[in-house]
Amino acid sequence: MALLEIDDLSVTFDSEDGPVHAVNGLSLSVDRGETLGLVGESGSGKSQTAFALMGLLARNGRAKGSVRFDGHEVLGLPPREMNRLRADRMAIVFQDPMTSLNPYMRISHQMVEVLRLHRGMGRREAEREAVRMLDAVRIPGAKERIRLYPHEFSGGMRQRVMIAMALLCQPDLLIADEPTTALDVTVQAQIMDLLSELQRELGMATILITHDLGVVAGFCERVTVLYGGRVMEEGPVDPIFARPTHPYTRGLLAAVPRVDDAGGRMRAIPGNPPDMADPPEGCPFGPRCALAGPDCRTMPPLAPFEGARARACHRPIEEVRA
Amino acid sequence: MLTYILKRLAVAIPTLLLLIVVSFVLMHSAPGGPFTAERELPPEVLANLNAKYGLDAPLWRQVLNYVWGIVAHFDFGPSFVYKDRSVNEIIAQGFPITLTYGCLSFLVAVTVGVSLGIAAAIRQNSWLDYAAVGVSIGAQVLPNFVMAPILVLVFTLWLGWLPGGGWQGPEYWILPVVALSTSFMASIARITRSSMLEVLTQNHVRTARAKGLPERRVILGHALKPALLPVISYLGPAFVGMITGSVVVDIYFSTGGIGKAFVDSALNRDYAVMMGVTILMGALTILFNLVVDILYGWIDPKIRY
Repeated sequence: MALLEIDDLSVTFDSEDGPVHAVNGLSLSVDRGETLGLVGESGSGKSQTAFALMGLLARNGRAKGSVRFDGHEVLGLPPREMNRLRADRMAIVFQDPMTSLNPYMRISHQMVEVLRLHRGMGRREAEREAVRMLDAVRIPGAKERIRLYPHEFSGGMRQRVMIAMALLCQPDLLIADEPTTALDVTVQAQIMDLLSELQRELGMATILITHDLGVVAGFCERVTVLYGGRVMEEGPVDPIFARPTHPYTRGLLAAVPRVDDAGGRMRAIPGNPPDMADPPEGCPFGPRCALAGPDCRTMPPLAPFEGARARACHRPIEEVRA
Repeated sequence: MLTYILKRLAVAIPTLLLLIVVSFVLMHSAPGGPFTAERELPPEVLANLNAKYGLDAPLWRQVLNYVWGIVAHFDFGPSFVYKDRSVNEIIAQGFPITLTYGCLSFLVAVTVGVSLGIAAAIRQNSWLDYAAVGVSIGAQVLPNFVMAPILVLVFTLWLGWLPGGGWQGPEYWILPVVALSTSFMASIARITRSSMLEVLTQNHVRTARAKGLPERRVILGHALKPALLPVISYLGPAFVGMITGSVVVDIYFSTGGIGKAFVDSALNRDYAVMMGVTILMGALTILFNLVVDILYGWIDPKIRY
């Protein structure tokens, strides 16, 4: 049985201009210890999927469908039971370390309260454990610096604190929601190395949400490509990156800037992501897809092929090529 | 921290001096004087009185004498109207009363206002929220000189539950405190509500939820402190507003506080009492703004003195 099974998940936000459909009938699963990359451009529903399964949607958001964690349904769980899972069995590292820590509270307090809550530890024991975890994410002088406030840390260090905080209870599932987007490039690499190392060490399942395909290639075993809140293509990383068959995946891969392409133009996918308050009929990528035809006005089902891969496309590239 | 406080207190001295000089000059430039009466006094008597109270000296001399009296003897002079009472005595009698119901009103306004604001924010767009906002707006626009007679009408005359005036025991405190605190309570509730609503959308609150903390601890442990910052900056003016607002309460409920003395002194041109009360309120304002700034530093670790 998979650790996490998402089945037909939809997330809708009420807005003044009517409902916005951020996630539409998304299904995916993550095994124990597996690393899954969730990629897509802004507004593709990556983060909202993560928030939905942790029960962290904004007030006007609603999730429908099914999210089973370790065999138990999580959607619609009463707050008390949801709180027991959060941080203890599924933890999340947010995108922006500058604002995701409480600026009015010492790091020690923010970390200790997690262990006291879920592990029932005393203050001293919890603090020892917190320092140990800060050491593990390689914060120098953790024993003293745990007394500091978030603003006394740099962005990269704050993200290390966030990671340490998320790993305190050694969760079964870690969701890393664009953990390096807000950091500068050299720090990004350090943080990804650290995450990758900790993931192997602790053997936890990890969902890495990102729009950086290079990061996915280095970190993940499997990848799910999202667009318009739907799965476009999914499967093991290597074959997908070697031979993308969904026009959107190919567009994404082609848009990655290359070092050997000096002076060239950026190859962006023409057009803009769909307006999720008024999504296009059929395949959400249809209006931007060079290969689209009349059949793309109906939503293609997510169909398996080549064993572990699956895609939702009426006009995949391999057939066009062949 | 201590140096900061000392520095602020040092700055308070020129501020108070300026306050003294300006009010002194303003007061003396207003027409009339303490000995102006319907029946004019013979000029010799008037001259004698002026000489006795030092009013015959040039204005700058009077100011200097006055300040010297305060600095050297902490003496705010004799009342010009009540022959046998000094300003110190008048203030010593009225101020404890003002301070008592001022502080009570302050406590009530803060505790009720903050709780109401939090409750409304947590249940945004519920009947509780609408009720809280509605009552707040009502209470905010109702001045205390309208509030006071309504309270007396209902609780003293109709229901007969509470005394409508005087100052003899705790049951006498209730109506003045309600009259004085209500509009401040309403402002505090509204500030708390909107600031809490904003804080609840912040990323670090989401982090707190992701930790599995129960909602109560998310609100009180993580969201309350930042939500209180705008409330605290309002507390300085609010406290001063309550002390000055006590004028109406004093007169309406005959509580015998310093507000009554203030109004009487203005009407009687009792220069010394007027100055004494002005300086007291000025000093309180300065002191309370300092307290607010210290509180700010205590809540926000980014502020260091």
